[in-house]
Amino acid sequence: MRFVLPEEIDHHSAKEIVKILDRAIELDGIRSLELDFKKTNFMDSSGIGMVIGRCRKMEYFCGDVNLINCSPRIYRIMKASGLHRLVHIEEKKEEMRQNG
Amino acid sequence: MDNYLELEVPALSINESFLRTVVAAFLLELNPTLDEVDDVKTAVSEAVTNAIVHGYENDVSGKIKLRCNKNKGEFVVEVTDFGIGIPNVEKAMEPLYTTKASEERTGMGFSFMEAFMDEISVKSTVGKGTSVVMKKRINGYRE
Repeated sequence: MRFVLPEEIDHHSAKEIVKILDRAIELDGIRSLELDFKKTNFMDSSGIGMVIGRCRKMEYFCGDVNLINCSPRIYRIMKASGLHRLVHIEEKKEEMRQNG
Repeated sequence: MDNYLELEVPALSINESFLRTVVAAFLLELNPTLDEVDDVKTAVSEAVTNAIVHGYENDVSGKIKLRCNKNKGEFVVEVTDFGIGIPNVEKAMEPLYTTKASEERTGMGFSFMEAFMDEISVKSTVGKGTSVVMKKRINGYRE
């Protein structure tokens, strides 16, 4: 399942995201989750907590999580938190081309 | 005189985005780069979230005070709550330390504030509240 995240991920919006994703994982039995950051231009540590929480949950159900279309800013936040050691992160394609 | 901003809002989580947006608008006068704006927004978001989640433990009757000012090219922002306070500030600021792991708090809030601002100081009194003052030099500033 691909889930497009909102423009801003903070403590406020993370609460809603967690509800939706946990329902998909626990009730609908989703075992492959793609979190799409294509629209996201702001994320703080609450967003990191949301991602880590979903990774743990998917691990428990033997599923996998991928983070895609992360802007350079979002990627920087993820790296600062060590998230890249826990889950596969893909940067936004446009930016990758620009960076060669 | 140097410009400043003071406002008070209830401890509603919707105000996390409101306060960081207000701060970003105030900051524009200093001619910041996009990265500098994003850094300040992230740090303010962390401080406000801490006030809501820890200071008031999600009790929305609490109040959060925001104060910004600028001194030449230095931007100063203060986030104050009148909540439960922090018994051990040093411990609270340790990377990955959190009292609310069950709520998926990462313990990265203060680390993010430190990483994205030049200076941070935290004053807290148990039962009275917490005040976080953060400073950042804006390099593009011209008089």
